[in-house]
Amino acid sequence: MSGPLTAVLEVRDLVIEFGGVRALDGVSFHARKGQVLSVIGPNGAGKTTLFNVVSGIYRANAGQVLLAGQEVAGQPPHILARRGLSRTFQNLQIFFQMSVIENVMVGRHVHEGRNLLAHLCGLRSVGRQNAATREQALRLLDRVGLAAHADRLAASMAYGALKRLEIARALAIEPLVLMLDEPAAGCNPRETAELDEIIQDIARSGITVVLVEHNIRLIMKISDHIVVLNYGRKLSEGTAAEVSCDAKVVEAYLGTVDTQAGVVSVVGA
Amino acid sequence: MSEFLQFILAGMTVGAIYSVVALGFTMVFNASGVVNFAQGEFVMLGGMLTVYGMALGMPYSVAALFAVVATSLISVALYDFAIRPARGAPVYALIIITVGASILIRGLTKIAFGTGPRDLPPLLGDEPVRVAGAVILPQSMLVIASTLAIYLCLWLLLQKTLLGHAVVASANNRMAAQMVGIDVDVMTRFSFSLSAAIGAFSGILISPITLVSYDMGTMLALKGFAAAILGGMGSPLGAILGGVLVGLSEAMSAGYLSSQYKDATAFVIIILVLFVFPNGLVGKSGHERV
Amino acid sequence: MSVFESLRLSLHANGGVLALAGVMLFLPFLLTSDFHYRVIALVWIFSLAVVGLNILMGHTGVVSLGHGGFVGLGAYSVAVGPVLLGIPVWLSLLVGVLLGGFLALLIGKPLLRLKGHYLAAATLGFGILVFMLFSNEVRWTGGPDGMSVKRLNLFGWEVRGAQTWYWVGAGVLLVGAWMARNLERSPTGRALQAIHGSEVAAAITGVDVAGYKLIAFVLSALYATAAGAMMALMNGHVTPGIGDFLVSLQLLTMVVLGGMGSLLGAVVGAALLLVLPQFLTVVHDYEHAFIGLILIVCMIFLRSGIVPTLHARFRKYQ
Repeated sequence: MSGPLTAVLEVRDLVIEFGGVRALDGVSFHARKGQVLSVIGPNGAGKTTLFNVVSGIYRANAGQVLLAGQEVAGQPPHILARRGLSRTFQNLQIFFQMSVIENVMVGRHVHEGRNLLAHLCGLRSVGRQNAATREQALRLLDRVGLAAHADRLAASMAYGALKRLEIARALAIEPLVLMLDEPAAGCNPRETAELDEIIQDIARSGITVVLVEHNIRLIMKISDHIVVLNYGRKLSEGTAAEVSCDAKVVEAYLGTVDTQAGVVSVVGA
Repeated sequence: MSEFLQFILAGMTVGAIYSVVALGFTMVFNASGVVNFAQGEFVMLGGMLTVYGMALGMPYSVAALFAVVATSLISVALYDFAIRPARGAPVYALIIITVGASILIRGLTKIAFGTGPRDLPPLLGDEPVRVAGAVILPQSMLVIASTLAIYLCLWLLLQKTLLGHAVVASANNRMAAQMVGIDVDVMTRFSFSLSAAIGAFSGILISPITLVSYDMGTMLALKGFAAAILGGMGSPLGAILGGVLVGLSEAMSAGYLSSQYKDATAFVIIILVLFVFPNGLVGKSGHERV
Repeated sequence: MSVFESLRLSLHANGGVLALAGVMLFLPFLLTSDFHYRVIALVWIFSLAVVGLNILMGHTGVVSLGHGGFVGLGAYSVAVGPVLLGIPVWLSLLVGVLLGGFLALLIGKPLLRLKGHYLAAATLGFGILVFMLFSNEVRWTGGPDGMSVKRLNLFGWEVRGAQTWYWVGAGVLLVGAWMARNLERSPTGRALQAIHGSEVAAAITGVDVAGYKLIAFVLSALYATAAGAMMALMNGHVTPGIGDFLVSLQLLTMVVLGGMGSLLGAVVGAALLLVLPQFLTVVHDYEHAFIGLILIVCMIFLRSGIVPTLHARFRKYQ
């Protein structure tokens, strides 16, 4: 069994405080290549805060974040993107005034040339770059099922489609680790099933997926490993079966442990 | 030594006006989240409309009252016609709106009253008073004293009365305030009118010293803004302290460095302070919620 | 792809610039006096500054209330250079523009860390400080009365006259607009639009937000400085008023009126604000009130500006 040594993403003793409140109090876990790791926990447990710290939006007070073995804590988000970390947002940070395909094309930014003078003069090379970027973006849209809407204004798309658009944009970076913040929030069962397929497809292609979700059924189905947070601390971790039987987890979600009720039915409902 | 004291007194006098403008900024900011670039114009209007009233034959006190009331109404109109319709607009839009309002007021004043500076008679005579080797006009003392009085009254109002509590509540959490029955729009209008009233009042007091002209508002707004961010946007005490600091810096630099660039002091302060503290001295750096 | 296809695509991509060129070529048929040429020449020159400001405001949402400072810098560079440093006018022009860019680079970094109102106030402070410099340093700049400006001399051709400046202004604007258009359709352009859409998402996607804001700021400064220089060269005289708060406001209003982020909008905004007053003869006194009213009305009712709003309406009917 390979441990932290082959971890693509490793978080060690992460601590962050907001005005005296420890939103994260020494959280540690790791994820391996191609793994689907889910982070769950009651509201306010610190899941999104964890994402924001790892993706460079917040600065941790203590602890380390290692991406492919390299220390990256404190780096700004755009540097992390170059290193292979990408994410989506709980509250959809889409570029609404750009078209669907342009949103994904922005995702290719880290792989594009940055010669300002060439850009100002409209050189042939820029045209070729644009064409190549557009083609790659189209392929990604196809992967999430949005190719038909490539030139539509992002603001005109449905909620579920925008969730998939964000994933396509995040994939455009060609990340090592993809962090999805509540991708199934607000999605109906059909959309959730599509999401299920997309996530598994991504993991199969070798990208490590770290997921924050409340949809327990989805979590149980696709996760290789689950980390449970509560009050900023890691409460438990393991496979779906292990975690659902953990009395501490049940107590965190429900408040009391009723040994007669049967733990499996509660969590799997 | 007496020269130094002279600069201090001069600085405190202008500083008092900047404090009032800063207070106005703070009040409106707390009530609506908008930085009202037109704040300086209210000071100008106080003086200008008093002159107008007296030209129409009103006695000084009536004209002053007229000016304060009219300016308050103009401020409420600003809120109702320019700011409220744009509720929820992005920051750049709100900035442009209040800048536009400030320019509109300035432009209309220019059309109505022309470009020449106007004068108001001082209230306590114009015999300078000697203080430890320096001189100060009685009007200046009035300005400083009234600014302190304004701050005190404001503090009493906000902390000790039910109305004041309602205003603070509305500023803090609009929806929660509505839920307990406070008419938030009325509270916001009240804040706007109050900030204009104190501005106008100070304008009337400062006019005998500095004269009033249609374009004094812009500089005042900027310097008041410098004072507000120096003291921390949103803090009334900070507004007072900031105003005094800006006023003193200005007087000192005029006295010891160069009188030509005296106006530049406030801007240099703005730029320096913000470069070191991008959120103002007391402002907290907000974490964008994603 | 056939030659025809690529030509068609190229036409579509550069439609705005070509339309502009078309207008520039045919407008002289409507102009009957030197005064007309002078007004339109001013429109071309202002439009250049507005195109630059658009790159900044239209994409990064930075409200600059101080770009008049750069305009003034450009104007005074061409005035002061030959007199104080004895260098030829064309060199002063070049040095001035580079100076503007350099200054923007210097103050841009700390300036752009500010947000919203603080940023706007800081730009205002900057603009006014520059204005004060030109007003006060009488030894160098002639103070409030200004100074005269030597004409531009390119290889023996003295550039003067309303008609000449009509064509020079048009040409320079065309180049500037073309470059701005190219920028829009490049990775840099997409990065800037992304920043406008969501700074956080742009950063997460690998866009160096601070760096690109600085690029936009410096470009807008270069455009404004060049415009200022041309204004001074055309007028033959410069006063501190060329870079005062009113100018900063005019530029802002032109961007807002014509359309944020729209190339054509920049020219429309400049044209409206400069040409319309010519028809309303009373206007000079009303200028401030006029501008103030436009700013308010635009932000409430026509937030994207004239050209984008019309464009969107037009799209709806297609």
